[in-house]
Amino acid sequence: MTGATILLAIFDGVAYAALVFMVAVGLTLIFGVLRILNVAHGSLYAIGAYLTASIGGAIFAMGWSPVLAFPLMLVSAALVGVLLGAPMERLLLRRIYHRPEVLQLLVTFAVFMILEDVQRLVWGNQPYFESSALALLGNVQVFGVYYTVYQLILLPLVAIATLIGLRLFLRRTLTGKLITAVTEDREAAQSIGIDADRVYLLTFVLGAALAGLGGALASPTTSVLPGIGAEMIVLSFAVVATAGLGQIEGAALTALMIGLGRSFAVYLFPELQVLVPYLIMLAVLLIRPEGLFGSPAARKI
Amino acid sequence: MTRTGLLSATILGAALALSAPAAAQDKPESLKIGITTFLTGPASVFGVPARDAAEMLIEQINADGGIGGVPVEASFIDEGAGGEALTTEYRRQVEDEGADVMLAAISSGNCTQLAPLAEDLQVINLMWDCGTQRIFEEGDYTYVFRTQANATPEMLASVLYLLRQKPDFQTIAVVNQDYAWGRDSWDIFSTALKALKPDVEIVGEFFPAFGAPDYSTEISRLSAMRPDVILSTSWGGDLDTFVQQAAQRGLMNQSTFVLPLAESSLERLGTALPDAVIVGARGDHYFQHPEMVGQEGFDSFVADFRDRTGAYPIYSVFHMAQALSALEAAYETAIEQNGVEWPTEEQVIATLEGMEFQGFGRPVTIRADHQGVEAQLLGTTTTDNDLGFASLTDIAIYDGGPLTTPVGENSIEWIEALDPSFVDQVTPTTFD
Repeated sequence: MTGATILLAIFDGVAYAALVFMVAVGLTLIFGVLRILNVAHGSLYAIGAYLTASIGGAIFAMGWSPVLAFPLMLVSAALVGVLLGAPMERLLLRRIYHRPEVLQLLVTFAVFMILEDVQRLVWGNQPYFESSALALLGNVQVFGVYYTVYQLILLPLVAIATLIGLRLFLRRTLTGKLITAVTEDREAAQSIGIDADRVYLLTFVLGAALAGLGGALASPTTSVLPGIGAEMIVLSFAVVATAGLGQIEGAALTALMIGLGRSFAVYLFPELQVLVPYLIMLAVLLIRPEGLFGSPAARKI
Repeated sequence: MTRTGLLSATILGAALALSAPAAAQDKPESLKIGITTFLTGPASVFGVPARDAAEMLIEQINADGGIGGVPVEASFIDEGAGGEALTTEYRRQVEDEGADVMLAAISSGNCTQLAPLAEDLQVINLMWDCGTQRIFEEGDYTYVFRTQANATPEMLASVLYLLRQKPDFQTIAVVNQDYAWGRDSWDIFSTALKALKPDVEIVGEFFPAFGAPDYSTEISRLSAMRPDVILSTSWGGDLDTFVQQAAQRGLMNQSTFVLPLAESSLERLGTALPDAVIVGARGDHYFQHPEMVGQEGFDSFVADFRDRTGAYPIYSVFHMAQALSALEAAYETAIEQNGVEWPTEEQVIATLEGMEFQGFGRPVTIRADHQGVEAQLLGTTTTDNDLGFASLTDIAIYDGGPLTTPVGENSIEWIEALDPSFVDQVTPTTFD
């Protein structure tokens, strides 16, 4: 590999890592606070993408400005968080926090299956492709290779902003501190008067909205079609497990490792590309079973 | 007479009744067919339009009095369920529901699994869409027929058309889906290319995961290596994604794209598909088929399908129409030739062997090994402002005969033995 191709591989890896991180961060945030591994996260990602692609396609066809694609992504993410995330937490998850993990997993898996069919009912089976946002920002040329500004610059910037934003939110704001407190010890937090139910709801809505935002951001780059949710949830699990459950910075680092590993594989051993995320996960978990940033779980009693 | 004797006589009588002369078969109340198609999963981009076409065509057949005066009753099985669920449901349709004929399947994997089952169940099975050439090359079947071509003529025609349009290219790269079709079609394509143009250099082989949402890295690498030709036999959402991402990043202006399944994506891709891309249709299937447009049945089919679904028909729709016209032709010819009210299964099978029939393309013949011989249509994209998506120009239609592996031979071995003179031996019909 020459210097130029190494750089090209890094660009692709970073762009891909940004998208993976956006989805994984919501999943890991929810797990960190609620201690529930939300399989339906994949559906929330898919619905975020569907909303953006279908609403975008409809309003641009009516002659609205393509610039609206960007606010539309935030709107879609908010819709996913509030309309799907909130009822899911209030009506369903709230009843199963004290149940065995297997049951929790099964319940969120059931929601995932239901939402997969809902997507098919609402959006049918034909792929959607709506890339106005991407076309609007144009291309840049690096070593004779065209990259889209959207993937090369915007996505990584959004991912970094999300990472920093979440860090500041959790450490500097009152709500963030409440979330951190409940994560540390729910009972102790409740005993000093923190409304844990509210914190759970808030976290879940935030996590769901992040999944929706991940889907919204991915939608201009890819076909939105049945099954994308399943694809993403598997990859996100790999990221979250490698990072250590509940570790936001870990998720960022792991997403970067997976993105870079994958793009270098395409240059060096294309046949390994599909395996790379799982090879990385395997290597990390063999050495650190609790994940890169995870700490061995201490038993409470 | 003892009780045992009475019982034996009854059994004998029943056996006699069952083996009564076939010609005395009465017309059934309905002709029951079971159709496997993808109603869920990524391949539903083919399966759902094909189901819509089947429903529409069967309504029309029944409105015209059915097949040989018997109405057709179809039920659908979702191939997306896959594996065990699919075989169980297939078996149930045949054994419990009494399906007379099965149409299966879209997926080559499912065809490979269901063909032996059809033999076991002794039910006629028309393979209506799957592409694998292996089924009749590696096995002998009594009940299984294919009403369209297979991967060999599809890929061979794509190579021939590429060599015709761009005879001097030097380098090629491939980006196919990482599953049986992606691998097998590249096997056939690359073998044919090496035989027909030995000086071509294969500079890159990429097999991204089935359903991969992102091809950025492959595109960067292809942009850097600049091959003359890029082949992809991908389909559905994967093809759409690859084409859109490649177009966005200017790769489609650098290399000639060969997309043998892209006829099924033309309308969806809209203006994203640039000019001068080589497009195939897995057969001579195109809603603007130059030999069919203007024929009443064809035009009304395209218009009816569009009214019903809002989209133009794609090749899976034409494959479904072809299988149904084979079914209709087989029963009606069997009735006529045998002078019966209703044919037996054996009579239908005997009719299917060697039968010629026509869907909405050139006539198809079923060979002695039950493989269909179907013409192949390829074209090059050009902007069409009236349609709002690319239409095909420089269309070439190849007869299926010379491109289909001879009966009893193995495709790869047969193609390996071809030489560059083959290119001039096969002359397509061309249209501007």
